[in-house]
Amino acid sequence: MSELQTAPVPRRNFELLLLVLALGVGFAAFYLVGSATDEVDHTDFIVEMSILSGLALLLHVLLRIFAKYSDPVILPITVALNSLGLAMIHRIDLSRSTEQSFRQLIWTGIAMLIAAVVLWALRDHRNLRRFTYIALLVSILLLLLPMIPKLGVTINGARIWVRVAGFSLQPGELAKITLSIFFAGYLSSNRDLILMAGRKFGPMQFPRMRDMAPMVIAWLVSIGVLVVQRDLGSSILFFGLFIVMIYVATARISWVVIGLLMVVVGGLFAATTMSHVTRRLNTWINAFDPEVYHAQGGSMQIVEGLFGMADGGLVGTGLGNGSPYRVPLANSDMIIASFGEELGLIGLAAILMLFLLLVTRGMRAALGSRDTFGKLLATGLSFTLALQCLVIVGGVTRLIPLTGLATPFMAAGGSSLLANWIIVALLLLISHNSRRPMSGSVGPTDEVATPGAASTKAVKTK
Amino acid sequence: MNDLVLALFRLGFLVLLWLLVLSVVGAMRRDLVIGTRARTGEPSARAKKKNPQLAEPEPTARKAATALLVLEGPLSGREIKLAGTPILFGRAQDATVVLDDDYASGRHARLFPQGSRWFIEDLGSTNGTFVGENQLARPQQVEIGQRIRIGKTVLELKA
Repeated sequence: MSELQTAPVPRRNFELLLLVLALGVGFAAFYLVGSATDEVDHTDFIVEMSILSGLALLLHVLLRIFAKYSDPVILPITVALNSLGLAMIHRIDLSRSTEQSFRQLIWTGIAMLIAAVVLWALRDHRNLRRFTYIALLVSILLLLLPMIPKLGVTINGARIWVRVAGFSLQPGELAKITLSIFFAGYLSSNRDLILMAGRKFGPMQFPRMRDMAPMVIAWLVSIGVLVVQRDLGSSILFFGLFIVMIYVATARISWVVIGLLMVVVGGLFAATTMSHVTRRLNTWINAFDPEVYHAQGGSMQIVEGLFGMADGGLVGTGLGNGSPYRVPLANSDMIIASFGEELGLIGLAAILMLFLLLVTRGMRAALGSRDTFGKLLATGLSFTLALQCLVIVGGVTRLIPLTGLATPFMAAGGSSLLANWIIVALLLLISHNSRRPMSGSVGPTDEVATPGAASTKAVKTK
Repeated sequence: MNDLVLALFRLGFLVLLWLLVLSVVGAMRRDLVIGTRARTGEPSARAKKKNPQLAEPEPTARKAATALLVLEGPLSGREIKLAGTPILFGRAQDATVVLDDDYASGRHARLFPQGSRWFIEDLGSTNGTFVGENQLARPQQVEIGQRIRIGKTVLELKA
């Protein structure tokens, strides 16, 4: 009964404590990976973890200065997930003698620095609202970039990469942020029109076409481009984002019904007409068929991942002790299977819990946010994280067909890391805004206003 | 390294992971409240005595607002009947109440009902919306007789 009144407290010291614990997890993971190999050479991991710790502390200090009231658990969770991912990529490097972890470390550094820049330059998420339509334009540009002949590259049958100065980037990853900004900005100012104007057909109300047009254009372009580029995972992500944002903005269940119907129709269409989707479905349903298993691009990846996780059992084989390197793409698409094998059900459950907590913190920031734009943006961004986890973890565990989406913060891949760190920076800013004490005395006012007292503060609009 | 020690380390790592998860959950526990005042169940008589703000205010006979009175501004003197639907204020032609006022934004504010109560929400206007002397930061309930100011227009709910 003593904590009924919760005054806003910064809680940055608590964040520091959790951050130390998260970095401890990272150090322990690297130590276990190192001690499993014969010659114990710890210099690599000490360097990697020191860089990561330094950057994490830099972000922490920035939060102390610029976003004092932001959520204390978002940063530690992200750092823990990121360092676990680095440790696993390092571990797979050791058995395959590749150099992926160094690249991943560089990308982590870049991503964290850009997150710091976002924190420092943006200060207040409401500034983004001014860029609503620019965000739409940027999303379309980002999605179209890989289609430009000399710039775009096709990897594993999907044309979603851009090669610039030796780095391959996936601009679609950044488009999920800009699209969220556009949806949030557009819906926060046009929600009433979408809600009120329109015709009724039976129990459902349909908005006028001209109120919905920008949304429909945004959706058609993103889905169209993705179908042409053959990137199934991202189309699911964008479509889910679209439905959720509209549902949250209007609170009409009819949108979810319409959206799910469109998923069924689109899914049936894609499954019967598009060869790569048909093949994906076949490898999902008949994964254990020897013919499908041995086929080119068949179910070998999923099945080996499943065998690996089965081998891990409850407590896992221990980091560095299993054989996750037998699975193709063990350090990117299948990294969840690698963790399942080496940390077992207990460890994998902890990782999934961390993702769940991260998403709930994003949703909590949305609930507490004082402006509609911030609410919608936080919902959209944290939902993006959640849907990515669902699609990839569901795919790896054969709950749904496997589609190539990156596990946030863990999988090897620069653009995904970059995009997800920017999402974290934005969520931190929004949570700062929703938790900081209110300026002025706005609240449930019981007193009746004194008449004729307030008419001096107006600013001319033009 | 000794196999037994290594096996213990591996189990220890899982414990460490869950320690992180549980401390995060612990940190969230007190944060699950929304707004400034959270009530868990009915406060006891003793708790009410100690913290008088916990006691429910006596239910007063609340009269539902039936009309909106324009006190100042271009539409001064007009009375707008309240149905159960939201009202949009602004300069835009599709607003419910069109304000011919340079100090108002295109879509300025929204007055919407929830049960028998009315709430006002600012829609990101340039000059803000005021209830009494306070600028709105989030949707806020409006009582009968309270003054709402949008640009040059001053409004009031009438029973």
